[in-house]
Amino acid sequence: MIMLMMLLPLAAGALAFMITGDRPRRALLLWTARLHSLLTALAVWDHAAGGAVSGFISGGAPFRTAPPGAAAWFSFDPLGLFFIAITSSLFLGASHYAVSYLAAEKLGPGEKADGAFVFNNEPETVFTGCLLLFLAAMTAVTASRHMGMLWASVEATTLLSAPLIYFHRHKRSLEATWKYLLICSVGIALALMGNLFLGAAGLKTGAGLDLDTLLIKAALLNKPLLKAAFLFLFVGYGTKMGLSPFHTWLPDAHSEAPAVVSALLSGALLNCAFLGILRVNAVCAAAGLADFTGGILVLFGLFSILTAALFMLGQRDYKRMLAYSSIEHMGIVAIGAGLGGAAVFGALLGALCHSLTKAGLFFTSGVILAAEKTKRIADVRGLWRRAPSTAALWLGGFFLITGTPPSGIFLAKFIVLREAVSLKHYGLAAAYLAFLAILFAGMTRVFISMTFGEHTPKPDEKPFEEPAGLLAPAAFFFGCVILLGLYIPGWLAELMRAAAQNIGGKL
Amino acid sequence: MHTFAELIIVFVILMDLALAVTGSLSTCIKLVALQGVVAGVLPLLAGHGAPYVRAALFAAVIVTLKGAVFPWLLMRARDKSGARKDVEPLISYPASIMLCLGAFIASSWMGSRLPLPETEVAWIVPASLATVFTGFLLITTRTKAITQVLGYLVIENGIYIFGLALFVEQPMMVELAILLDVFVAVFVMGIAIFHISREFDHIDTAELSELSDWRRGEYGK
Repeated sequence: MIMLMMLLPLAAGALAFMITGDRPRRALLLWTARLHSLLTALAVWDHAAGGAVSGFISGGAPFRTAPPGAAAWFSFDPLGLFFIAITSSLFLGASHYAVSYLAAEKLGPGEKADGAFVFNNEPETVFTGCLLLFLAAMTAVTASRHMGMLWASVEATTLLSAPLIYFHRHKRSLEATWKYLLICSVGIALALMGNLFLGAAGLKTGAGLDLDTLLIKAALLNKPLLKAAFLFLFVGYGTKMGLSPFHTWLPDAHSEAPAVVSALLSGALLNCAFLGILRVNAVCAAAGLADFTGGILVLFGLFSILTAALFMLGQRDYKRMLAYSSIEHMGIVAIGAGLGGAAVFGALLGALCHSLTKAGLFFTSGVILAAEKTKRIADVRGLWRRAPSTAALWLGGFFLITGTPPSGIFLAKFIVLREAVSLKHYGLAAAYLAFLAILFAGMTRVFISMTFGEHTPKPDEKPFEEPAGLLAPAAFFFGCVILLGLYIPGWLAELMRAAAQNIGGKL
Repeated sequence: MHTFAELIIVFVILMDLALAVTGSLSTCIKLVALQGVVAGVLPLLAGHGAPYVRAALFAAVIVTLKGAVFPWLLMRARDKSGARKDVEPLISYPASIMLCLGAFIASSWMGSRLPLPETEVAWIVPASLATVFTGFLLITTRTKAITQVLGYLVIENGIYIFGLALFVEQPMMVELAILLDVFVAVFVMGIAIFHISREFDHIDTAELSELSDWRRGEYGK
């Protein structure tokens, strides 16, 4: 089944490059996404139904479909399953959005989307093809059971998403693409070095880079080399995850990419990189280095939240603002993972809710961009007069992302805070709350001023018809986040608990 | 055999230094290619571990990629971009070479401090770390997009040698996947350079500065 989940988008992606007709290609995108999420749902269901399987998992041995003994390249443990579930549902929403979006872009080719440039779009074949291959690469990341394979898949996601960022072919998106390519590739090269250190740490024990073997032999690994491995992998995957101070590519890429790509980058890709860190963190925790790795995760997590808070004040571009909010949430999940214990559950919940909310917000921001033709916060006023449903979603998304109850993000932030307090990290808890308060203030200013106020029509402004196809995925995701804040279904809670146990959390 | 491998290591270090002072873009491309080829044949000379056929096959793939495909792609990007044919460093060449030497001294120190397994080939760890540093030097102190790709390749060479030094055996599939990634990376970067030169009429990345949170750029005007 895992093979099918990877090969389906791979084959569809290759096919998309060859199909010339727009309609069949879009249908291909849509149905691949639907089939992929169906397969993912089946895999999750399989996990939830198999009581024997989950008993196996709590023993520390991961869930694998290959016969025991044979090293499997790819198989899903609960953690991988959890992240592929996020990725797949996000891609499902994104594909529906993308189909409407591409149809709209086709009607006005070379249209001035940002008020300043006339540009042409990338051929739709390339865009759709890369989108599907990107899904295949992300599936491989979540399913990899070998650190080398994980590395190769993460690098593949970088390379496949670069053409996506360069969909609007103009100078600024090119600049963003270049920075993204170079910073992430170099960052990931450091992660490769980390893999080598990891291999060297287990050289005497013959652990190799297979994750399961590493976990079993963790106690025998050479500690100083393991620490070096963690540092390199942390910097490498942390660059991709957008942790400050390695985040510099992130606001540029997120602001210049089309909304649907920003949503996927923020909601799915950052999580995939986070998974890479969680994997090596689990090995370190099993080797008794949890204090060391936890400290680093918390430190950089907190620094990321601080960076996001500082750049949020005085932010002039609303897509950049969303990007900084992503950095903030990556900081929160890093702190959660670093604190360990119950906070790991909070981190996972935070990753899930952030993905859904941020994707919804990016989708909405795409509609705002279409309506107002600008990304400047100062130029968008009185959105509720011009596009009432969009404005409602924008404001709703704001409350969800800042963690106003009943948002699932509130729950996640609260669990992390509670764990910090119960571990007597009062300074951390205070700083965390203070930075979140600054972020809340900064974001309130932006969202309120954009939504309310008087709308002054621009000279050549036509009435804006809100595209339902672009808003529906956002509304659906927001609904899910509210539901998650009120009630976490039993099977999901079970999956998240098992996933948290995979990385040394308890609950 | 090891003496020869050690000679190669010296050669790699010399090429790091040469890269730091070379002003001509095409020479830089050739130097990086040469370094890649030399690093590629190193496992054959060190001759340990893997079965010989596999190692030879692998060396052949690496030599073809790094010695022929990459330089061809980069030369093409250089010609098409119509850029000036020198590397236009941000710091002077003497400063570059001083930094490079400093990096080498630091790497020797680090190499002696790291609790790494004993290596049969002398200087292999410091040489690999110094190569990685040289790659970073190229990325940060040269302005052209091509030199940044070259820097990335030099880092890759360094990491490859480092992997040899640690005897970390990666399975065939993983090594192939890594090579494929590097190949696609250079390919995609090459395309990006082509687009940059078309959009901006140059490939000077110092000009890629419109996107920023500071008062420069689009919103600051």
